[in-house]
Amino acid sequence: MSIELLLSIGLGVLAASGVWLLLRARVFDLIVGLTLLSYAVNVFIFLTGRVRVGAPPIVDGKLAPTLASYADPLPQALVLTAIVISFAMTALILVIALRANAETGSDHVDGAEPAGTEAAERGR
Amino acid sequence: MSWPHWIIVPVVLPLLAGAALLLIERGRPALAARLSLLATAAQLLVAISLAALAADGSVRAYLVGNWSAPFGIALALDRLSALLLVLTGVIALAAVAYAVAGDTNSRLDRRGPHFHALFQFQLMGLAGAFLTADLFNLFVFFEVLLIASYGLLLHAAGVARLRAAIHYVSFNLAGSALFLIAASALYGITGTLNMADLAQRVAQLPPESAQLARSAGLLLLVVFCVKAALLPLYFWLPSTYGAATAPVAALFAIMTKVGVYAVARMYTLVFGADGGVAANLAQPWLPVLGLGTIALAAVGALAARDLRGMIGYLVIASAGTLLLALGLGSRDTVAAALFYLVNSTLVIAVLYLLADRIGAQRGEHGDALAPGPFGAERSWLGTAYFVAAVAVGGLPPLAGFLGKSLLLAAALDTSYAAWVWTIVLTSGLAIIISMVRAGSRIFWKPFEPAAPAAAIATSSIHVLALGWLFAALLLNTAAAGPLARFTGAAAQQLFERRAYIDAVLGARPVPPAVPIRAIVGDKPGKDKP
Repeated sequence: MSIELLLSIGLGVLAASGVWLLLRARVFDLIVGLTLLSYAVNVFIFLTGRVRVGAPPIVDGKLAPTLASYADPLPQALVLTAIVISFAMTALILVIALRANAETGSDHVDGAEPAGTEAAERGR
Repeated sequence: MSWPHWIIVPVVLPLLAGAALLLIERGRPALAARLSLLATAAQLLVAISLAALAADGSVRAYLVGNWSAPFGIALALDRLSALLLVLTGVIALAAVAYAVAGDTNSRLDRRGPHFHALFQFQLMGLAGAFLTADLFNLFVFFEVLLIASYGLLLHAAGVARLRAAIHYVSFNLAGSALFLIAASALYGITGTLNMADLAQRVAQLPPESAQLARSAGLLLLVVFCVKAALLPLYFWLPSTYGAATAPVAALFAIMTKVGVYAVARMYTLVFGADGGVAANLAQPWLPVLGLGTIALAAVGALAARDLRGMIGYLVIASAGTLLLALGLGSRDTVAAALFYLVNSTLVIAVLYLLADRIGAQRGEHGDALAPGPFGAERSWLGTAYFVAAVAVGGLPPLAGFLGKSLLLAAALDTSYAAWVWTIVLTSGLAIIISMVRAGSRIFWKPFEPAAPAAAIATSSIHVLALGWLFAALLLNTAAAGPLARFTGAAAQQLFERRAYIDAVLGARPVPPAVPIRAIVGDKPGKDKP
């Protein structure tokens, strides 16, 4: 099995797990889902520079200055930006979730269990 | 105006102002409010001078890091960017004035920390998104304005805002993930992120890359429609905008237009008629979804139980109309969309501020659409509401009518003509009915026991902020001819993508004052002109 196929399957599983958790309507699951999704995105950005082993990203003058002999440095720069932003956003939504949990006492994304469900009856 | 750095001033000015405000907001709040007002007014003046600059019809590019275009980040100023910058400035000035109005207890900017700094950062994100010519840079500015908007939405705290914030933040984070996938996929197949360079390279893609390019383009459309609130991606909007404080909601009126702007830019420049294997990507989707959005937004406005909820659906109706017009894709419909955009954004900002004043007059009834006691200011608020209702309903003599009639006339030449006329006119009627219903419940059915509950008086600054927006609405109507010529020219410019590409890719770096070799030492290597 080629490494590209392995990486694609891994990405697909990560993204699908992230989306499934996003749809669970619980704040904790939502945050874990968003984190998984952002991992999948980061790996995807990294892979748009193609999978290469042992190729330097910085031109040193010894090799011909083409993409054939160097790794593409741009996706690496992009993924750094994406990692920083998604990390900061995870921290932010955690704070919002903690505040919301303290104010509403519920971990449902709507701040209360939907009416008519078993959990809502129990909460009463 | 020969100074070359004017184009980046709308980004740098709010950044510096916001940073300064972070330092002084706690210690000297009175000074902070003045500085914020001053910076916003200066931002408007810069935007107006940029619009005057762009009015000559040429596209101006600015190389941010002094690297030539496809390698570094470029900004580009054309008529469309300039128009949106001016609109942002006009609304921001009213919003920040409204936030500092009133006495110490009722001032909205004192309800939580860092209102003014977040406000300036939001302005920076908006200006950057309107100016950038780089797809990844667009993502970064989207994040800047979103991060600031998360803070602004939570301003003054409260359970309703927290609840709305969880929906809003998580929805937009998922949207950002899609944006990154789309942008990096486009980079993976074209090797560029510069929009002008993308436009050239996407047009020349071989057929085997077509599927990937089209998927990336449609993913971008999803992301922009999350921002612009198109069916089925608008459900976050009414509760989010309704939960925000009034000046924040007024500023958010321009935030949905960022999505509309991005669609207008990307789906004419990169995925437009000349897009090769990814040509006319949005055309099959936008008209249908736009029409659906308008229809459902009208139902939502009719069903709303408070004024802010109703205005939320008016925001969605306006976004639907704009995306419908962009999706119809002829130059006339795009020109009509840009004309309508000005009026609809202004009137929504007016309505959010008015709803706050009305709520302040009705004590515990707030802005619920139910009869209740009303404070002493019923007559002028009623009059202002009436004018705003005429503007938002698209009735003559205000410019909303002109915008809608331009759109309907332009839609006659398209295959959707019958649908557009039926749905736009019917939903317009539904919006007028819901405005009339809300107005008569609030203003005409006063509560008999005439002891108005704790009404908070309107200060002169409140009146000034609202009057400024009403003046802009009237100017929009009085100067409809010049504005229509300007938006027509802006649409023309969007379709002449060659000029944009040439301006961005043709921009040359400024030669350094001191030769670089004198700094880093002489090294053998390739020489660049």
